[in-house]
Amino acid sequence: MSELHILGGPAGADHPHCWRCGHDPAPEAKEPVSLFCQFCNSLQPPVPDYFAFFNLPRNLSVDLEELQRRFYSLSRLLHPDRYTRRPERERTYSLEATAILNDGYRVLRDPVERAEYVLKEAGFDIGEQRSRDVPPELLEEVFELNMAIDELKSGDSSVVPQLEESRRHFQTMLAEIDSELAGRFTEHDRAPGRDAKREVLERIRKILNRRRYIRNLVAQVDQQLTAQGA
Amino acid sequence: MGTFQIDFGESARKRIVGIDLGTTNSLVAYLDGATPKVIPAPEGGNLVPSIVSCLEDGTFVAGEAARARLVPHPERTVYSVKRLMGRGVEDVREDLKLLPFRIAEGSESVIRLNLGGKLMTPPEISAQVLLELKRTAEAYLGEEITQAVITVPAYFNDAQRQATKDAGRLAGLEVLRLVNEPTAASLAYGLDKRKEGVVAVYDFGGGTFDISILRLQDGIFEVLATHGDTHLGGDDIDQRLMAIALEDIASEWGEDLSANHEAVQTVRRAVIAAKHQLSMLPVVRIEVEFGGRQYQRELKRELFEQLIQDIVERTLQPCREAMRDAGLTPEQIDEVVMVGGSTRIPLVRKAVEALFKAKPHTELNPDEVVALGAAVQAAILSGDVQDQLLLDVTPLSLGIETMGGVVSKLIHRNSTIPASATETFTTSVDGQRNVLIHVLQGERELVKDCRSLARFDLKDIDPLPAGMARIEVRFLIDANGILSVTARDLRTGKEHSVEVKPSYGLTDEQVEQMIRESFEKAEEDFAARQVREARVEADNLLAAVDKARANAAWLELSEEERASVDEALNGLHMVYHSEDHHLILAQIARLDEATRKLAENMMNKAVREALKGTKI
Repeated sequence: MSELHILGGPAGADHPHCWRCGHDPAPEAKEPVSLFCQFCNSLQPPVPDYFAFFNLPRNLSVDLEELQRRFYSLSRLLHPDRYTRRPERERTYSLEATAILNDGYRVLRDPVERAEYVLKEAGFDIGEQRSRDVPPELLEEVFELNMAIDELKSGDSSVVPQLEESRRHFQTMLAEIDSELAGRFTEHDRAPGRDAKREVLERIRKILNRRRYIRNLVAQVDQQLTAQGA
Repeated sequence: MGTFQIDFGESARKRIVGIDLGTTNSLVAYLDGATPKVIPAPEGGNLVPSIVSCLEDGTFVAGEAARARLVPHPERTVYSVKRLMGRGVEDVREDLKLLPFRIAEGSESVIRLNLGGKLMTPPEISAQVLLELKRTAEAYLGEEITQAVITVPAYFNDAQRQATKDAGRLAGLEVLRLVNEPTAASLAYGLDKRKEGVVAVYDFGGGTFDISILRLQDGIFEVLATHGDTHLGGDDIDQRLMAIALEDIASEWGEDLSANHEAVQTVRRAVIAAKHQLSMLPVVRIEVEFGGRQYQRELKRELFEQLIQDIVERTLQPCREAMRDAGLTPEQIDEVVMVGGSTRIPLVRKAVEALFKAKPHTELNPDEVVALGAAVQAAILSGDVQDQLLLDVTPLSLGIETMGGVVSKLIHRNSTIPASATETFTTSVDGQRNVLIHVLQGERELVKDCRSLARFDLKDIDPLPAGMARIEVRFLIDANGILSVTARDLRTGKEHSVEVKPSYGLTDEQVEQMIRESFEKAEEDFAARQVREARVEADNLLAAVDKARANAAWLELSEEERASVDEALNGLHMVYHSEDHHLILAQIARLDEATRKLAENMMNKAVREALKGTKI
């Protein structure tokens, strides 16, 4: 449990002082930021680094059971319910730390969000990447899909089976993408060194864009099918 | 490094109570040793009706005393005010058809109700109920209560939560936590059982419906999903029955009573009694006596169930959605817990059992279980309970308005709270100084279909070419489900000021103002009462002295003694109309002192005469 408290801060940052007792909260730690002060046990200002928060290696594959165990243990330590009778400053840190913990748990337990987080931390631009461009191999299918949707909108419900078929097809593609992603995750985690990892990340980014595009298609089909009461 | 926490004893260990502020009834509970207990109301019983009445002198009563005034003084008395908390007048049009609320002019963003000429916002009215509970707890526990946990429907939005917190502040209570009602109920159930597994809490109360699905593991109560309807409850059932009774009466008596407040309340009382009995009997009688006339009709459970079928049905869809959001099938739900008075209805139990394929738990009193859970949460906050922890979620997605009236979601519903999101904003025009951020809550895509929470104004941005300013805005939902917003200028790293304009409800300043006024009022009221009491005492003394001066004992006093009595009398007359009760009391003491000899003489005379009498 105790190693959970050591938090990785930005590399090369100065060792800070505990806001309460003035000591360096974790003088022995290689990475200079810690959740609690070793000397007076006060909660320290939290740093929003999800992997460091959960004390997990920066891998794309995560043991979900272990993640949940750590989430529960950290919740017990950090939750605002535990700080009602503590100084106001510590109450604020507890709120901040728990928000980071919850946000981090949400991101790390979901493979896609986790990968997007790692990409963003590695400096890849993902938020702006609006996948409007149709992946070339899907061009024909998307064209036909749009035609079918138009027909459905104009009241021709004979295209419903075709839409349902497309939906199934896209779902299969999503499943394939997800298993491809899992393979790339392992590849990333095993890659030696920064550059090798970046190369895998670049490929993952492309897969994620494709995935997002297909997911939007599924959502679009779903919306039309429900709107028509089909 | 140890995981224990040193208690620095910064704040004295004050007792925190748990309050269930319900639509129909409210309760206050505390943890007695290891057992949560509901504090009985002075009138007996544990339920305090959530009813407030304004007396003719402008003061308020709440609870049973207010309920007693519902029929004779319907225009000064309100109930089910929870339905109006944190809402604007257009939100509650439907409710207004059902409830006899008298809305004052100018109630767009904050509703004001007219109670016999006095205008009151829903938080102020709820504060009267909270005050009643606070007094009940103080009398029972023999100590001052200033801190509380208050429960809210899980599906309450930000404005409704804020309104509840405001009500607490207006009642002189520091609201340490708002807890969702179904989650609180799960705490009450899980406490002694040490349960593990997945639990669904079905909470069908007087005015709201909630469903929450939780995972219980090692004392952690993790909410997986929640859903609900803040406008669905026993009230809706009452309305159905009232409509029938009023229609019957109209055709039998040839008189439409639906506009007569007093009659409507009489009918309402009758149908509620019938509804309650129908949970135990297959057939009941609705009996109304009004204006010397009588109305009776039989109501079979069968017909009742037909009447409310669609209302019960409306609770099932949120249950299905909550299961879907949690990624669970009914088979994966281990237990179902029933909360709220409406779960006593056999049809409701049947429907829930059919949906979850499990027999629902009804061991704890469905009216009390939420308050008991609130008491457990209070004990968690005070540190008296250490091994339990509640991890709740936000019921509604939070987003901001973007181009074209579209909502961009920042924090999704069913996210564990506290939760946060950051977004960077910039300017679109050269030299622009302000950026207005419109925050909304809801699941729909378009602004017009979501609930406006507030507008945040980022002010005093350095004048720069368009797109150069970079302001990072952080949205933080705290453990109460309430949003706060902070902003930082990324170029300078400085905190940025944000002005908040809530779309519904009161601003902080308005609440402060109300608190100040109520304190001033309370002081005024108290001072006035003391003056009144002092004058009453003076009246009594003056009358006694007047009488004594006619007594022979008066002449037995020396010249000097008589002069000092007259002087003291003058003194009291001089200050009699003063507004300072101290002055009056001082002169009363002086006159009392000056007339002591006179009183003694009179007493002796009386004794002598009495003795004379016995001799004969």
